[in-house]
Amino acid sequence: MKTEILKIAAAHLKPFLLILSLVVLYRGHNEPGGGFIAGLLAGMAYVIYAGAFGVGKAKQLRLVKPMFFMGLGIGIALFSGMIGLMNGADSIFTGIWTTLTLGGFSLKLGTPLLFDLGVYLTVAGMLVKVIFTVMEEDV
Amino acid sequence: MLGVVPASLFFVFLSKIPVVGRGDAFKEVYPWLSELGIGLSFNLDGLSLFFALLVTGVGALIMIYAGYYMRSYQKTNRFFGYLVFFMAGMLGLVTASDWITLFMFWEFTSISSFMLIGFKHEKTAAREAALQALLITGVGGLALLAGLIMMSLPYHSFSFEAVISDPQPFLQSSLFVPATILIMIGAFTKSAIFPFHFWLPGAMQAPSPVSAFLHSATMVKAGIYLLARLHPVMESQELWIYTLSVFGVVTMFVGAWFALAQQDLKKILAYTTVSALGTMVLLIGTSTAYSVTAALVFLLVHAFYKATLFMMAGNIEKITGTRDMNQLGQLNRYMPVATVISLLALLSMSGIPPMIGFIGKELMYEAKLNAPAAGNFILLTGFLANAFTVFVSLRFAYGVFWGEKQGFKKQPHEPDVSLLAGPAVLVFISLLLGIFPNQIAGLLGPAFQSILPGETLIKLKLWHGFNEILLLSFLTVLLGVVMFFCRKAIIRIVSYLNGNYFNLKLSQRFFAGIDVFLNLTKRKTAVVQHGYHRFYLMTIFIAAALLLILTMPAIDFQFDFDLKFNGLAFFAMLAAIMIIAGSIAVVVAQSRLVALIATGFVGIGITIVFVLYSGVDLAITMVMVETLTVVLGAMVVYHLPKYLNYSGVGSRIRDGFVAVFFGFVMGFLALQTSKPTTITKISDYFVENSYTKAFGENIVNVILVDFRALDTLGEIVVLALAAIGIVSLLKLNAQKKSSR
Repeated sequence: MKTEILKIAAAHLKPFLLILSLVVLYRGHNEPGGGFIAGLLAGMAYVIYAGAFGVGKAKQLRLVKPMFFMGLGIGIALFSGMIGLMNGADSIFTGIWTTLTLGGFSLKLGTPLLFDLGVYLTVAGMLVKVIFTVMEEDV
Repeated sequence: MLGVVPASLFFVFLSKIPVVGRGDAFKEVYPWLSELGIGLSFNLDGLSLFFALLVTGVGALIMIYAGYYMRSYQKTNRFFGYLVFFMAGMLGLVTASDWITLFMFWEFTSISSFMLIGFKHEKTAAREAALQALLITGVGGLALLAGLIMMSLPYHSFSFEAVISDPQPFLQSSLFVPATILIMIGAFTKSAIFPFHFWLPGAMQAPSPVSAFLHSATMVKAGIYLLARLHPVMESQELWIYTLSVFGVVTMFVGAWFALAQQDLKKILAYTTVSALGTMVLLIGTSTAYSVTAALVFLLVHAFYKATLFMMAGNIEKITGTRDMNQLGQLNRYMPVATVISLLALLSMSGIPPMIGFIGKELMYEAKLNAPAAGNFILLTGFLANAFTVFVSLRFAYGVFWGEKQGFKKQPHEPDVSLLAGPAVLVFISLLLGIFPNQIAGLLGPAFQSILPGETLIKLKLWHGFNEILLLSFLTVLLGVVMFFCRKAIIRIVSYLNGNYFNLKLSQRFFAGIDVFLNLTKRKTAVVQHGYHRFYLMTIFIAAALLLILTMPAIDFQFDFDLKFNGLAFFAMLAAIMIIAGSIAVVVAQSRLVALIATGFVGIGITIVFVLYSGVDLAITMVMVETLTVVLGAMVVYHLPKYLNYSGVGSRIRDGFVAVFFGFVMGFLALQTSKPTTITKISDYFVENSYTKAFGENIVNVILVDFRALDTLGEIVVLALAAIGIVSLLKLNAQKKSSR
């Protein structure tokens, strides 16, 4: 299964898919997308990589720390719920929005987006962890 | 260093004594579940302050002690984490002014106790003891919760104030008896009252700082605290008074009896603690001004000397490597300071002047002399229990610090200063308060008022004059000394009796009961969880279909299957054909791989349907999931044996029937959902508010991350858990393979 074509494709697809996943994550609030899909995309980037180069190689990649990211994701999601509370809202998970202006671009940011980031990280972490483990079984 | 936190809290609480004495209490109320009458509320009255001072004061000393004691252990930061967690729980418990808040903190202390008992979890004994303590206090906690809810039902509020200021609705309600019994079970399990006492000696598996803090000075007093707190409500009820008295007396005696022949220093202390807890329950149940004063003083006294002795037992074990009395002796030569401290604490325990223990015991006798019901019997039992305690103290002192010289593995030496500081402070206070007892009246007074409103604290003094109480005290000590001189015979007799007649083996029976329960559940699990994936699926499908059919009469159905294929007809038909063709292919396929790909084909068909009917989000997710399923499936198929048609005609027909049945139900339902209904749909709310309130145009996403964020949080937690589960299952399998 380890063909050169797949290797080159996987190596180039990985950053592309990761950036794409972030775009999908951000646009999710207004257009199709969101943390779940973006997380699947990001996870897929690594699954394809592992398919081409083998799990052993894929595991050495810098960002492959699935357990850490799952924990971080849940932590971020939980934390985003608290921000509203700290700002005087009545209940947990009350959205707080601000607009960040950087140069000419204005970026709308809010706690729901932060929450979605948590979902994204958890889903990606879960996917990578499970599939890598299954693939390791195969070898 | 961590000792700074409880120490500073201690001084904060100390500064509150005059305020509480004046009667204007310190209050904090946070609305929590106000619809249910539950509030996260705290109130510092006399009783709370009394306990809070005990928790923080002893806690600070224990922290200093543990800081040095735990150096030889691994993972000490975890240990201190649990300890601080416990302290916070205990403080919350004694300052709460809402039953549910109290219950929550009650459980905190049970959990932290579990963690701390099982801290040396490599040892089976420690794990079993921790589990036993958790199960017993846990069951008690549930009983307590049920009791508290029953008690608060007539008030629609869980605040202390409701029931304490006006107990009549509860006393007259039909739930009075069950509620009272359940609450008492809760208090008895926590405070190791007979017949639940056996977890406490087991809990001695914990490191010594834990025994000194949780299992003598604070946590086991939580039950006493609860009884004292409820006393104003229950004081006139016979059920309350008799139950507390009977169980108190029995526990007092049983604890003292089992302490007699123990060899393990910590076990001796544990059983005398059981006896002391029984005494406190008895004193609260006796419900006179004398007895309540005695209970409070004794509680304080006991916390002081018992924490000291546990710390000293820890020191002795650390230095000599054993806490078996038979292997100890002549330690006074090696550790004179430790000897003096221990002796003073033992004096307090035996109730000998000038220690405050003497005052505690005098008050106890006075209370028992004045006890309204069965006074003589209680007096006699109390006398014996006290004499036993004197005997045990003498044995402890003689056996450890004098007695026969033993060959120690290491040369014993004086414990480090920080290991002696805590005990020294406690003993010094015991001595000081013994000589000037009225210094604590300012603290005990308000606490007394919380338990017995309307009466006043008995004045404390060291010297009562020559009267029958002094005579009783003298006789107690005399009997203890006499017993000590015939100790060999007594220990032999008691061991014989314990071994042959009084061996209740409660702990073993407890575990036997657990085993029976586990076997039952194993059998049940074997029936329900048979391990055949296809039958699981079948169960799910059939159950789901039947449940759906059951709910159908509630819906107003219109049976017109008027399907419109407008505009999109061609593509929709194409997708439908794809799905149908895929399904047929799955059924007739002769190899697993083909079947798998055909399933993917069906999935893609459904995706096209989603795209056509503007569910783009769903479509994207579906593509991903379908792709992943096929990829994962392919990996699994690789390892399976070649496709052989295992299932016979009969099971195929059965499977087909289930599949068609489920498909029909679902299809029918799907058709019904597209019909216009008069029911207001929650989705309308989302559609209206998605952009205006949540600033998002993608409604699905807004629901996921904003309106229903808590649900999503739950889902991602489940995802993470599932991942961990899958990984551990697979790794386990791999390990099994490699070990074979």
